[in-house]
Amino acid sequence: MGDFWLPEAASTIAPEVDSLFLFVTAVSAILLVGVTGAMLYFVYRYRRQSPGERPAPVEESKLLEISWIVIPTILVLLVFNWGFKSYVKMHAVPSEAYEIRVEAQQWNFLFEYPNGVTSDTLYVPEGEKVKMRMSSADVLHGFFIPAFRVKYDILPNRYTSVWFEATKEGDYDLFCTEYCGRNHSEMDKVVRVVSQDAFDNWLEEAGTSEDIPLPELGKQLYSQRGCQGCHSLDGSEMVGPSFQGLYGRTDHEMSDGTTLAVDENYLRESILKPEARIVAGYDNLMPGSYSSLSERQLTGLIEFIKEQSDKEPPASDQGQTTATN
Amino acid sequence: MATDTDIAPAPTETDHHDHPAHLQHHFVSSEQQFDSAKLGMWLFLITEILLFSAMFVAYAVYRQWHPETFVAASETLNVTMGTINTIVLLTSSLTVALSIHYIQKDEVKKCIYNLGATLVLAGGFMVIKYFEYTSKFEHGAYPGGMFDPHGGHYAQLADVPFASQFFSIYFVMTGIHGLHVIIGMAVIGWVAVRAWMGSFSSEYYTPVELTGLYWHLVDIVWIFLFPMLYLI
Amino acid sequence: MSTDTQNTAVAQPDEHEEGENYLNHETSVWSWLSTKDHKRIGVLYCVTLALVFLAAGVLALVMRAELSGPGETMMANDTYNQVFSMHGIMMVFLFLVPSIPAILGNFVLPMQIGAKDVAFPRLNLASWYVYLAGATLTIMALLWGGVDTGWTFYTPYSKTTGGGVLWMTSAIFVAGFANIFTGLNFIVTIHKMRAPGMTWNRLPLFVWGMYATSIVQVLATPVIGITMVLLILEQVLQIGIFDPSLGGDPVLFQHFFWFYSHPAVYIMILPAFGIMSELIATFSRSRIFGYRAIALSSVAIAMLGFLVWGHHMFVSGQSVVSSIVFSLITYLIGIPSGIKVFNWVATLYKGSIWLQTPMIYALSFLFLFSIGGFTGIMVGVLSVDVHLHDTYYIVSHFHYVMMGGTVVALLGGMHYWWPKITGRMYNETLGKIAAFLVFVGFNLTFFPQLVLGAKGMPRRYATYADRFTDLHQLSTAGSGVLGVGLFLVLGYALWSLKYGEKAPANPWGAATLEWTNVAALPDPHNFKRTPLITRGPYDFHLADEVFGGGDGEADGDQGLRVPDAAPAAPLEPSRDA
Repeated sequence: MGDFWLPEAASTIAPEVDSLFLFVTAVSAILLVGVTGAMLYFVYRYRRQSPGERPAPVEESKLLEISWIVIPTILVLLVFNWGFKSYVKMHAVPSEAYEIRVEAQQWNFLFEYPNGVTSDTLYVPEGEKVKMRMSSADVLHGFFIPAFRVKYDILPNRYTSVWFEATKEGDYDLFCTEYCGRNHSEMDKVVRVVSQDAFDNWLEEAGTSEDIPLPELGKQLYSQRGCQGCHSLDGSEMVGPSFQGLYGRTDHEMSDGTTLAVDENYLRESILKPEARIVAGYDNLMPGSYSSLSERQLTGLIEFIKEQSDKEPPASDQGQTTATN
Repeated sequence: MATDTDIAPAPTETDHHDHPAHLQHHFVSSEQQFDSAKLGMWLFLITEILLFSAMFVAYAVYRQWHPETFVAASETLNVTMGTINTIVLLTSSLTVALSIHYIQKDEVKKCIYNLGATLVLAGGFMVIKYFEYTSKFEHGAYPGGMFDPHGGHYAQLADVPFASQFFSIYFVMTGIHGLHVIIGMAVIGWVAVRAWMGSFSSEYYTPVELTGLYWHLVDIVWIFLFPMLYLI
Repeated sequence: MSTDTQNTAVAQPDEHEEGENYLNHETSVWSWLSTKDHKRIGVLYCVTLALVFLAAGVLALVMRAELSGPGETMMANDTYNQVFSMHGIMMVFLFLVPSIPAILGNFVLPMQIGAKDVAFPRLNLASWYVYLAGATLTIMALLWGGVDTGWTFYTPYSKTTGGGVLWMTSAIFVAGFANIFTGLNFIVTIHKMRAPGMTWNRLPLFVWGMYATSIVQVLATPVIGITMVLLILEQVLQIGIFDPSLGGDPVLFQHFFWFYSHPAVYIMILPAFGIMSELIATFSRSRIFGYRAIALSSVAIAMLGFLVWGHHMFVSGQSVVSSIVFSLITYLIGIPSGIKVFNWVATLYKGSIWLQTPMIYALSFLFLFSIGGFTGIMVGVLSVDVHLHDTYYIVSHFHYVMMGGTVVALLGGMHYWWPKITGRMYNETLGKIAAFLVFVGFNLTFFPQLVLGAKGMPRRYATYADRFTDLHQLSTAGSGVLGVGLFLVLGYALWSLKYGEKAPANPWGAATLEWTNVAALPDPHNFKRTPLITRGPYDFHLADEVFGGGDGEADGDQGLRVPDAAPAAPLEPSRDA
């Protein structure tokens, strides 16, 4: 019955949740069959024989009524007790848990490891307790890994957390479960459970982002920080302007009717202060959270965007009118 | 009011074949109609209390979270004006109660005088409220997003975090209360006109009584608002 | 046997052709728009709500069509988000909440307690106009670019998205007054307008259900009203109550929202319980088993319903302790609902069961509502809810309760009272076919969703992972069957208005006042003489005025003969000329 209802179980808490789920399902099925069976039997057994039939009233039975108050009460209290214990377990985060930061924003998750490595795939070591400390840059989001049976909302004004211990290597889904707007349904990530050794190796290698070339860093950031959710590289229409051929344009039209040339300073301002100038035809939707990018990350991202265009750099007269930082 | 007694002759409630003008066809007796109206009014008052209760909860939550802010912001409110307004409103509750008392004794004129007095007091309340509001607006103590305190004793609020929240709650609560006062004034005015036209007597004064009930509620809400916002 | 007592004073079988009734005593459009007759207001509401249900139902079919494939099949994410939001908002706030009270409550309740009208007929009419104002604002919201917040309006998203959110929240604020007016009216009516002899223990259970509903309407609706006002002020004035960037708290919004919206679930289901009791009693011709338990458990549910809102927030950021307390109270509220189901099944025992369309809906209800209840117990289990929260399991659970429960009960009730409302019989064969299609289509639509949810499919997704495709397609197919069933109902209902067989005064052999003491089509003032009540609502063994003197005399097949009126009250108020 478990396979019919539930997805693969890959955390220590999952079997506990599953057995409770299946227990409630089984008891419900038995009661449902009982109630429906009794109903159908009565409908057949006491079907009306003649139109004017008037059955004698049935005396109420106190014992019967008390029994169907007491028995369900006992059943539900049993289930409550069970569910409450595992719920407490889910919320008591072990102090030794390995902490990963989760930064959610429309429509992306970013995972940050203690050594500063960021990733858009959630790598977790098998057999170790892992705690997610989560916050949101904009609206409510949800953190849900079906295979681990864990879920919690991500809020903009406080940290929330979940913890789990993965038990099986493999790739699993991570979904956003609190409705967050247009691309809510595409706000998903891969959870990759690997052995402790493989995890350490990965962390080691991923941690060298300082050395990679700037455009390469920008490319990583483009997918990690959720740029790809709104800005395409192939010119297709999304929430924000496409990066294809963006750099070097000289007739970039703003919503207030002015046009400007797309140079490095414009890109810089648009990343750090997206609300300062809005491109014509688009809404002011970009989160302000990119102001926290480091100088190197920012440059990397801009270099990456420049690569998406074959245009010459705009004739940059000295007096750029960008907002001073 | 002679016309009054002419209209409503019904001497006893038990005589069902008499139809006082105020008795609607689907009621059996004036008593039933009066009881229904009164129960309906009480239920309406309960909805009003629940309407305000959500705002009281918001107040309690944010006071719990930012107690210093609430103390600091509350000190900028004008306690003298608040106290005068409390007295004005309490007096108006007395006059509206008197108007019911007099209509029960068929003293229609006195009833109208008291309704008029209530109206004047309610107007006074709103005038004082107007001065309170404008003195805050002058110093930029607007609700929410436009909050920009300057001048007078408001300047210090610029450094108090979440002070704008206090003023949001202040303006929303007193604003909705003020709206209730204005609605109350309209209803009292209408009742007074009808009393003057001779619609009411000791036989039938349901609208007067119900208006009184409503006015007491407006008063009670203020009794809670005043200490919460001005004093503590 | 049945014909020899037809020449009684009260009613002729063909009276509605000659006599004055509530439909023909005035016929101008203005007479409808200005009517204070509770029956006509019920009909006005019926037409309006049918249109809303049609619109919101079509949106549901559109959603299912979009979900027939994992990617984008016919609309962009944005459009899908607006479609599911409008479906939810219209179904909950504009259809389910008012539905049974406004249509059947208005039509039936005064007759069931022997009153000429509700206590405040003008307020009752005002309720309909206020509702229309709310509906108009909803249309404005659509013209203004629609709403894509979901029916829950969670902040801060609802603040950042533009479009019609301001219009929609105003619409909910305004429409709330329509519900308050109705609830207030019913409480006073039930307290003050009962006919002589109609004691609390003789109230039909539909009236008890409406009483419990009305309490919730009066106590809960103001809270959603002020919440919507605060949400509007948040947008207009940035007051910072709910917006975290201004120091507000989005979780506080959720508390406010569910403080109304959980009790609102009981506003939707308690009237359905009332209809169930009427249908099961009448069609098994036996006294409701545990009348008091059913009556009082409705009131208990109404009260406890105010204490469980936090079970919507087990993973939303409320404290663990509150979650545990809310979970425990949630179980306590599950028990009265269970008791009702057991009592209804027990009522069938040794009855005389007549399987007409309304009864088929009643039996469907028992099955579907049981699943709704069991899945409700499931999502009340704290640790399991963590997995199931915000998935299709929840979607399916509340559709089992709201559609399998409320809508199915409403359909049963509409068939049951259709002869009284229109004076015509619907086509029984088509009725049974439609009831069967609705039952099959419903389960085909929503049972796969239970499985989807348990497997981890999140709700409010315009697109989904490939492995969910099969179950989604099954669900979409089911929605088609369900749609066919419901359109069939609409079709034969309209047909019967003109071509339906003329209905007798009491076609089902029911024993409550609206059948025993009211003509086939009710008089404008309901009763010729104020009835005097001497027995309980389901005392069929005492209902000699329905069945004649002894057993087996009456003819229940073509409709029972028209009953004598119950004896009039001793002090009879004179009727208007």
